[in-house]
Amino acid sequence: MDYSQFGAMLPELIILGLFFIVFLLDTFSGENGRKPLTPVSTVLFGLATIAIWIIPASGETVFGGMYVDDSACKAMKAILNVGVFIVFLQSAKWLDSDEVAVRKGEFYELMLVTLFGMYLMISSRHFLLFLIGLESASLPLAALVAFNKRHYESHEAAVKYILTAVFSSAILLMGLSFVYAFSGGSLYFDDIRAEVMGEDSGLLICALAFMIAGIGFKLSLVPFHLWTADVYQGAPTAITSYLSVVSKGAAAFAFFVIFVQAFGPLYSGLWEWMMYAVIIATITVGNLFAIRQKNMKRFMAFSSISQAGYIMLGVMTESALGLGSMMFYIFVYVVSNLAVFSVISTIENKTGKLSIDDYDGLHKTNPWLSFAMTLAMFSLAGIPPFAGFFSKILIFTSVTASDSMPLYMLVLVALINTIISLYYYLLVVKAIWIKPGEAKVESFRSDNGERVALWLCVAGIIFFGLVPYIYKYCVESAQPVLAVIGL
Amino acid sequence: MGITLPILILAIPFTMFLVLGIGGVKMSRKTAGVLGILANGTLAVLAYIVAFTYFFSGNPDFIVDGVRQQVQLFDVTWLAFTDRMVVNIGFLLDPICAMMLVVITTISFMVHLYSWGYMEHEPGFQRYYAFLALFTFSMLGLVVATNIFQMYIFWELVGVSSYLLIGFFYKLPSAVSASKKAFIVTRFADLFMLIGILVLSYYVSNTPADGPLGGASAFNFMMLNSQPTNVLASTLGATFMSGSVLTWAMVLIFVGGMGKSAMMPLHIWLPDAMEGPTPVSALIHAATMVVAGVYLVARFFPLFCVVPDSLTFICIVGAITAFYAAVVACAQIDIKRILAFSTISQIAFMMVALGCAYNEPVEGVHYSGLGYMAGMFHLFTHAMFKALLFLGAGCLIHAVHSNNYTEMGGLRKYMPICHITFLIGCLAIAGIWPFSGFFSKDEMLAAMFSRHWFWGAWMTMVAGLTAFYMFRMYYMVFWWEENPKYKHEGHKPHDAPWQMSLPLIVLAAISCVAGFIPFGEFVTFNGEPYHIHIEPQVAVTSLIVAVSAIALATAMYIKKNPWPSRVKNMWPALWTAANRRFYWDEIYQFITHKIIFNLICRGIAWFDRHIIDGTMDALASITQWTSVKIKGMQNGSVQTYVMWYLFGAVLLAAITWICIL
Repeated sequence: MDYSQFGAMLPELIILGLFFIVFLLDTFSGENGRKPLTPVSTVLFGLATIAIWIIPASGETVFGGMYVDDSACKAMKAILNVGVFIVFLQSAKWLDSDEVAVRKGEFYELMLVTLFGMYLMISSRHFLLFLIGLESASLPLAALVAFNKRHYESHEAAVKYILTAVFSSAILLMGLSFVYAFSGGSLYFDDIRAEVMGEDSGLLICALAFMIAGIGFKLSLVPFHLWTADVYQGAPTAITSYLSVVSKGAAAFAFFVIFVQAFGPLYSGLWEWMMYAVIIATITVGNLFAIRQKNMKRFMAFSSISQAGYIMLGVMTESALGLGSMMFYIFVYVVSNLAVFSVISTIENKTGKLSIDDYDGLHKTNPWLSFAMTLAMFSLAGIPPFAGFFSKILIFTSVTASDSMPLYMLVLVALINTIISLYYYLLVVKAIWIKPGEAKVESFRSDNGERVALWLCVAGIIFFGLVPYIYKYCVESAQPVLAVIGL
Repeated sequence: MGITLPILILAIPFTMFLVLGIGGVKMSRKTAGVLGILANGTLAVLAYIVAFTYFFSGNPDFIVDGVRQQVQLFDVTWLAFTDRMVVNIGFLLDPICAMMLVVITTISFMVHLYSWGYMEHEPGFQRYYAFLALFTFSMLGLVVATNIFQMYIFWELVGVSSYLLIGFFYKLPSAVSASKKAFIVTRFADLFMLIGILVLSYYVSNTPADGPLGGASAFNFMMLNSQPTNVLASTLGATFMSGSVLTWAMVLIFVGGMGKSAMMPLHIWLPDAMEGPTPVSALIHAATMVVAGVYLVARFFPLFCVVPDSLTFICIVGAITAFYAAVVACAQIDIKRILAFSTISQIAFMMVALGCAYNEPVEGVHYSGLGYMAGMFHLFTHAMFKALLFLGAGCLIHAVHSNNYTEMGGLRKYMPICHITFLIGCLAIAGIWPFSGFFSKDEMLAAMFSRHWFWGAWMTMVAGLTAFYMFRMYYMVFWWEENPKYKHEGHKPHDAPWQMSLPLIVLAAISCVAGFIPFGEFVTFNGEPYHIHIEPQVAVTSLIVAVSAIALATAMYIKKNPWPSRVKNMWPALWTAANRRFYWDEIYQFITHKIIFNLICRGIAWFDRHIIDGTMDALASITQWTSVKIKGMQNGSVQTYVMWYLFGAVLLAAITWICIL
């Protein structure tokens, strides 16, 4: 075996190296050594993020085609890294609280391991490697969800998560075994693409539906989403934000790669219609449930379900423009959603308040938090000139670029849902700025980490739409994924 | 030239807007003022460097075989919606742009300096400087636009900053309604412009992407200007309501320019805009923003030339407006209103000049692009002397605390600096040799005569009216009869502090010498230099007309005498009509309130309340109802979740299978 192939896995190696540093530090430095763990991990991870942004992709395919390191994968990993970095920043304060301080190291280790798994999901071009990535991204997450050991909700959430995760893996594997039957014993995406061309038997349809269900679990697509709200509510807020953006972003990218590279020939007439149904259900059901929520975390759970539907629009395009728009959407979604979660976790850490009603009159006591929250809500709702508006319009135009009637209808449904989503996003804004009465959250100074996280997010919300390079970068780096199938 | 300078030119005012807008609250007045002035001074220097490099460096990028080139210093894709629909942001440098850079930054700097004295005691001083910076940014972005979309964005931004500055004294109801009026009228005009742009874009973006135009860049000004007929090839055949689509589009785009440049019948906002602080009137409503319409016509000139009908339209609109505004200016009392109408009239002058230009040689016309060059020349000289007059008027208002000349009179003894500079401004606008207005007006009139004798004769008459009403105002303010209040009451009017006087002197100096600039060497429609020479017949005629008008004004107004009121009483109806601006505001009131509100808006309001709101309410109720109905799905038990999961997956497969069978 040629060990130099590992050189192409540089991003994974960086994360792995980081994992070992944190692990050794945590294990061997004793009680006092735990204190610098937060700054050390955060700074090192920040450096790693920068490194992954600037190191160009090698463009190589290694391990017999199982693993690729092209510009699209690299860009996606870099985007996820930004998300994780912000999560690290916003969780610093929480990790210092008495209850979890002792397990601080585990938090970083588990996060890095799941991130490693997501990297594999992104870069794999073989279902076995993909599955390993998926599982190593899923199972440690259950431990993270249960991180608040003494909270009953945290346990419940973890149990629900792991049971559903196991079930979905089983379904995914079942679908995979059907695919295996078709592809003549190969699990390479390329081989599968060549073999399934022109097939439309019932078994293959089952396989496709099960694949959608299996990956749809990670993305919380309707009707595979029911775990989402309970888990998001029960998990510690830092983990919720991680689940809602990073884990979702990785799954969405992998979804695109699998369905375009392995099942691309089956698009028209087969999984096209499945995705129509799933996307419309996801956006609509997510919205309908979000309207009724009182708890911020539950609210954001349904909002993120609905957002996943918008992200999935990118899959319907089968073009570099579509993948680029999807990546841009994910990036914008990362900053917007994390801005919301940063505010939520800041307020939760200081006061323990989590209900939307508790945000009444927040602007009187915490104007900066209110400002950030408002911008984030505007961005999620897609109000110009914030980033969310541009990400929505770009993903819509990429879908309608192919000029087909059903896709126009799909975009129309998505547009109508945007209006509904405006309602509930603005409910929060209304609570903050308009509702009369005394503020329920007292004035406080937020922690430095939280503040930096918020500043990063707000800067992203304001500038991502106005600075065109990011979108261009996404579209350009998306090319290789489509080049493989000759587009 | 690199891209540092152009980026700085846009970045400095924008940064100042952010700094003063956000941090202004915490700054002292002095800090904010000095910061604003210094930043603007730097900006002016940078703009001079750019313009100087462009005109004089002889760099082959900028000038080839004596022909000045259009250059894009940078042009980046901002939004790429599809392969064809691409919005770029960039920096286009060509003669008119370089000229505008100089004009905008000079006037802006003068106004910044002047405002330091003028606005000293006003609350919200920092906010004022922030808005000035925003305006400067938007105006610069407008003139350097590389494509229609960028121009439109900045066009609207200019409107917004004008709105903010007119309504600066937001506690005065008149200022608030004036700012609203300005915004609504110009927005209304911009709507037509947008439609025009969309009509153009519909045809232009239909050109093949692999054709000679490359599809995407068809909106680029360089492309439009260098090969207008190619770009518009697919438009030329199309007709709409028995006119060619292109004519419609160009006229619609021009309507946007009419709104910004206050052409009839969209002029009604400009006189009211005088409610804003006087330096703002000088900067925005005299020198820069209001000439955006002229700039627009100049920018699109090659396109307008493709459809000569639209140029005729411009001429007609300009000629009527020029005459109308000049007549109204003769019957106003408020000095800022007089200057406002004079601005409208002068801008209309430039419009007519542009409308009289050709872009290719015409038999019997010795230089076909004369109107274009002259219009731009007048834009330049007018910006300087009109800003001077406005700033001078600001000094008067500052000293007398009233806008009406009835409160003034005999001020020449008390305010010598203001008097001399104001006189220079009046001589310049009246077109007396050797002041700058003479040269530019002479070229414009020559261009008009070369198109048709009628335009020339008509505009010569307007020029005479201009000289008359300007000197009427001059004498009423500085001569006539000294206001007795000055002697009896404690406050004697006096010249303004140096921050206010210095800009007057500088601008007066420019107005004295600007006429000798060989403008044709720099700015022509095709970049080829043109040697200006005075047309003796035209020059003599216009001089005679101007001098006799001034003589008439002198005879009537130099000392207090009953003649003015006798003349007024000879045609009382005419005087009242002119004083009330020929009832345009009343007509608008009638049309909007009586006709549009009653006939159209009631119906729309009913439709909105019952149909639209009803639909939305129904949508909301359905949403709520469904939301209640499906909440059972989320009952908290994992078994149910997993059941739905499996059910969903199987259903997906089953339905698809049934569908393809």
